[in-house]
Amino acid sequence: MSIDQNTAAKVAKLARIKVEEDALPALASEFNTILGFIEQLNEVDVEGVEPMVSVTPMRLKRRDDVVTDGDQQDKVLSNAPDAREGFFAVPKVVE
Amino acid sequence: MSDLNKLTLAEARDALRKGDTTSVELTESCLAAIDAADALNAFVHKTPDIALERAAAADTRIKSGDAPSMCGLPIGIKDLFCTKGVPSQAASRILEGFKPEYESTVSQKLADAGAVMLGKLNMDEFAMGSSNETSVYGNAVNPWRRGNDDAPLTPGGSSGGSAAAVAADLCLAATGTDTGGSIRQPAAFTGTVGIKPTYGRCSRWGIVAFASSLDQAGPMTKSVRDAAIMLEAMMGHDPKDSTSAELAVPDFEAMLTGDIRGKKIGIPREYHMEGMPAEIDALWAEGRKMLADAGAEIVDISLPHTKYALPAYYVIAPAEASSNLARYDGVRYGHRATLAQGDGITEMYEKTRAEGFGHEVQRRVMVGTYVLSAGFYDAYYNRARRVRTLIKRDFETVFAQGVDAILTPATPSAAFGLGEMTDADPVQMYLNDVFTVTVNLAGLPGISVPAGVDAQGLPLGLQLIGRPWEEGDLLNTAYALETAAGFVAKPGNWW
Repeated sequence: MSIDQNTAAKVAKLARIKVEEDALPALASEFNTILGFIEQLNEVDVEGVEPMVSVTPMRLKRRDDVVTDGDQQDKVLSNAPDAREGFFAVPKVVE
Repeated sequence: MSDLNKLTLAEARDALRKGDTTSVELTESCLAAIDAADALNAFVHKTPDIALERAAAADTRIKSGDAPSMCGLPIGIKDLFCTKGVPSQAASRILEGFKPEYESTVSQKLADAGAVMLGKLNMDEFAMGSSNETSVYGNAVNPWRRGNDDAPLTPGGSSGGSAAAVAADLCLAATGTDTGGSIRQPAAFTGTVGIKPTYGRCSRWGIVAFASSLDQAGPMTKSVRDAAIMLEAMMGHDPKDSTSAELAVPDFEAMLTGDIRGKKIGIPREYHMEGMPAEIDALWAEGRKMLADAGAEIVDISLPHTKYALPAYYVIAPAEASSNLARYDGVRYGHRATLAQGDGITEMYEKTRAEGFGHEVQRRVMVGTYVLSAGFYDAYYNRARRVRTLIKRDFETVFAQGVDAILTPATPSAAFGLGEMTDADPVQMYLNDVFTVTVNLAGLPGISVPAGVDAQGLPLGLQLIGRPWEEGDLLNTAYALETAAGFVAKPGNWW
C-alpha cells in the first residue's frame, strides 16, 4: 500500500492540519516509511484472535446519572483564547 | 548537612524525621541546584514560591509528628501532569499559556503525601519521542557525557527532563509517564531507576492523554527503595479514571527484603537482537549471573510475538493519539492561530493545529487518522489489536509456567548524541523502545535498574518485567539486582 500526494492531502484534511502543497511529497514519503514498517503485521496469523479491548479485563463501573459537578463557568472559560459574555467565541459557522 | 539535593528520598526522609535538617533547607538546596543547571534545560517552569510554601508547611507537620510518607521531600513534575495554576503544556506550543484550574490525581496524591513540587520538567511534545528533541522548550540535556567528549547527549525520552533532573541531583525524584518506554528508556540513559506500574495502578486523570490504553505514570528515582516509596504514594483507586484499578496499595518498602531465592527469572530469547552492541549483551549476561548468584532460578523462555510489538504499537498509539489530540482545536484552551479575512472555523482548526503541533506530533496524528479511516480500520487498527492480544498471551503463557519476572536489556544502546538521529528515518528512532514497548501493550509492570557503564563511561540499564499487579515482588527483585550491581557512578558536574 503506497501513499501518494493526494492521499497525504486527504489525511491532512481529515486530521484538520494544514499542510502546504510543497510539503506533501515529503509527508507522503514519511507515511510510506512508517506504513512499510507496519506492514510486518500481515505476517502474523490472527485467525480467530479477538482484538484487544481492554488490557486489564474489567467491567466499567456504573454510577447514578446525577450531576456531581458544575457551576464554574468562569473556570471553564479561563483558558479560552476568545471568550465573550460567558461563551467560547469562534468564527462564524452559519451563513 | 551539605549537598542536601544529593540525598535519596529515603535518606532525606530519615534525616527530616530525626531533625537533622528541614524541608526548607532541602528545598533551598534543590532550588539552588536547579538555578545552576539551566544548561541541562530540565526544569522548564520553576515554582520556587510554591515549593518554599509547601516546604514550610511540611516542616510544621513533621514537628507536630504528623508526617506522611513523602513529607517535605522536593520533587519535580513532568510537564504532562496538570498542576493547578502552574503552566502545564505537555511541551507543546498548542498548550502555550494553559494554566489548569485543577490538579492531576497523581500530583495531588503526592502533595497529600507531603511532597514539595519544585517545578515542571521538560519532555518530548505530548510524550511522543525517545530523545526529548521534540519539545517546544528545546532539548533537555543528559548530565552524562562520553568520557572527556563534551558533545551533548540525549537524556532519552519522553521523560527526558525528569531523568536529567534526577541524575543531576536537581530534585530527589520526579514523576514520569510511560506509553512505550518513556520512563524506562530515559532512566537507563541517565543511570537512574524508573518503574512503570501495571496499567490501572496510577490514575490517568489530569495527565494529558497520549494513548489512553497504554499511558501510565510512575516515579523516576535514584534508587529502587525510593521507587517503592514514591510509587506507593502515587498509586491507588480513583473514581475519576474508569480504568483505575480498585485494589489495595501494598507497603512496597516493607517488601524490599532482597531475598529472591527460588524466584524464577525468565530470559526471553527473542530479545537477542541482531546488531545489538556487545556491551548490552554482556550486561544482560552479567545481570543473569547476579540474579542466579542471589538464589534465583534462571530459565530460557520464548515470547514469540516480540518482533511485532513495535509495528502494533505504531498503529495503536497513533490511532489513540489522533483521537485524543482532536480536542486541541483552538476553542477551549491554548493556542489559536491568527486568522485571515474570510477564514471560517475549518481554517481556524487547520491553521491552529499546523502552528501548534510540532512535526512528530503532526505525523503521528496523521498516521493515526489514516489507520482509523474508512477502508483501513480493519486492515491496520483491528489487526494491530489482534496482535496485541497475542503479545499479551505470550506473557500469560510464561507466567503460567511459573516465571516470576523477566530480565531484558532496557535499551538497545547507551545514550546517543543530540541531533545524531536527525537524518534517520522515524522508524530508526522508534527502535529505541524495542525492549520496553511490549510491556505497555501487555499492561505489565516494568522497571529499569542501572546495572553498569559502557566503554565510554555511559550508564546502561537492565529491565525487569513483572506479573500484573505484583509491583512489590518486582521491586524486590529489582532491589536484589541493584544491590548486586552496586552501580554508584555519577556524572561529573560540568553544567
